Amino acid sequence: MATRIDRRFAECKAQNRPALVTFIMAGDPDLATGQAILNALPQAGADVIELGMPFSDPMADGVAIQLGGQRALASGQSLRGVLGMVEEFRRKDETTPIVLMGYYNPIYIFGVEAFLAAAKEAGVDGLIVVDLPPEEDDELCIPALKAGINFIRLTTPTTDDKRLPAVLANTSGFVYYVSMTGVTGAAIKSRGAVGDAVDRIKGHTDLPVAVGFGIKTADDAAEIGKHADGIVVGSVLVDAVAKSLVDGKASETTVSVVRDIVADLAEGVKRARA
Amino acid sequence: MDGTNSLRNGPDEHGRFGIYGGRFVAETLMPLILDLEKEYRAAKVDPAYAAELKHLATHYVGRPSPLYYAERLSEHLGGAKVWFKREELNHTGSHKINNCLGQILLAKRMGKTRVIAETGAGQHGVATATVCAKFDLPCTIFMGATDVERQMPNVLRMKMLGAEVRPVTAGAGTLKDAMNEALRDWVTNVDSTYYLIGTAAGPHPYPEMVRDFQSIIGTELKEQFRELEGKLPDAVVACVGGGSNAIGTFHAFLDDPEVAIYGAEAGGHGIEVENGHAASMTGGRPGVLHGNRTYLLQDADGQILEGHSISAGLDYPGVGPEHSFLHDTKRVTYAPITDNEALDSFQLCTRMEGIIPALESAHGLAQVMKLAPTMRKDQSIVLCLSGRGDKDVESVGKYLGMLK
Repeated sequence: MATRIDRRFAECKAQNRPALVTFIMAGDPDLATGQAILNALPQAGADVIELGMPFSDPMADGVAIQLGGQRALASGQSLRGVLGMVEEFRRKDETTPIVLMGYYNPIYIFGVEAFLAAAKEAGVDGLIVVDLPPEEDDELCIPALKAGINFIRLTTPTTDDKRLPAVLANTSGFVYYVSMTGVTGAAIKSRGAVGDAVDRIKGHTDLPVAVGFGIKTADDAAEIGKHADGIVVGSVLVDAVAKSLVDGKASETTVSVVRDIVADLAEGVKRARA
Repeated sequence: MDGTNSLRNGPDEHGRFGIYGGRFVAETLMPLILDLEKEYRAAKVDPAYAAELKHLATHYVGRPSPLYYAERLSEHLGGAKVWFKREELNHTGSHKINNCLGQILLAKRMGKTRVIAETGAGQHGVATATVCAKFDLPCTIFMGATDVERQMPNVLRMKMLGAEVRPVTAGAGTLKDAMNEALRDWVTNVDSTYYLIGTAAGPHPYPEMVRDFQSIIGTELKEQFRELEGKLPDAVVACVGGGSNAIGTFHAFLDDPEVAIYGAEAGGHGIEVENGHAASMTGGRPGVLHGNRTYLLQDADGQILEGHSISAGLDYPGVGPEHSFLHDTKRVTYAPITDNEALDSFQLCTRMEGIIPALESAHGLAQVMKLAPTMRKDQSIVLCLSGRGDKDVESVGKYLGMLK
């Protein structure tokens, strides 16, 4: 059965362009503004939404997303609160896929089965959990697949051809290629190498391949989008939230700056193959 | 004893001690961790590797470390004979060097050209900077900004040894935050860089590997005690932060049920004070952080707490996974020691034995001070005196009002 994620990537492919995947931290800078940002994303041009589940110790994230997570936690965000945001979003949007992204411990403490049931109920389509490699598939990946939720795996420049099949084995929805060895928000060293890597992964799977980490501008999106089926942008948006704050609080521009950047990136993905 | 009932068989092939341990890391690091395991297995059976490590232990570290009968302290406590396994006499002043030498030889074998490490009290940072100086590898030490301040002597030592010390301001600026930052650096420089983890925690194979390198403590102790007293000690005690000196002390005794084993956790302001201690087993519950499943201090949402201890080396919200396993199986008794109890034992040991213990080790000593009076005079209790307290004299002086 085709999922929201499958359908959305198929639509973008039919339009001969990559999907724009946008990451925001759930509840950043506060719960209400975070919800408003989430609700505004589809109209601004986001095809797929990655919603960050804040964690106290985000080992794979750069400063921008670390701070976004801290702001969300400081305003009272919890895993249950993240699911509540998705539920709220789904009242008005039945088609835009939502993928939750974060770390394992809050899910483990929530209880894997209880979490999957609640996520499904809320309208979550997929999960990206940074600290669960295939070696730990029994923890969450297999139960998620059984619950009908896609488990999207990260592949990296260190994932060689020998290891790639193991990484792809239980992956569903799409494959997330991490463009560099590094944390979120750093700079891509070679766009050409990214294209080669995407082609290499496509040799192993029929799933769409999205590229993330280090994509900052519409030009980046247009360039990387020549090869990739999806472009993931995160730190730039979270950073824009940070810069819009006045005395640490949301201002009247907080939602609109994010919307404007997403609109600009959406224009970038449209001309990727034009 | 080495059979199916042995407690010394862990971890299994998935890096698990019961439900604890594992490899909860980002994909970028996974191939490297598998490589490291392969390299470690190869080194373990390579006589040349063992010979080099043995040579260094003897001539560079000064092993075996003495087993010392603390006569005045024993008389004062009025019960069991108290012994110290003198790891503080090792080169660099703590047990940390045992592990650093083992791992630096591995880093060399793997052709790595740069070393990173996290440190709390700075003892592991100093030991890492030391072996990097000796083996001519550039090294970067991540240290919480709070710890940089309270362990200045060690910061200076690291810098003099040629290490770059990077203060970490995220979170409360302690060991957990330093470890996050080290992991971020590792993920960025994965090809060139060896991450020299200082405690028996982190993703498999680190807990096993660090334990193996530190197990020399218990192995020597067992032999030395047998030579002196002709039997096994009745109890062994060590402090537990991440737990590397503790697992190194305990491992040789796990299958000797007649030996009672105690781990002293950091009780801080008291276990009843929320976020006021760092006793992850007494006051936490199982979760996943820094590559392994283990007991963690955390809130109801699974967010990790900072914890608190007067001792920078014990100020960590987790613990090595093998300790979590030994806690659940009840083979080892873990008990919290408060800041004040540690300060008292620090002073007693200094005045009575002329040995200034590290604040970390003073937690273990406080546990000994509770146990010894309840034991018979023909019984013996051995403390792993894991580090010396020179680094702590300034902060203890402040606590005691000796410094303005």
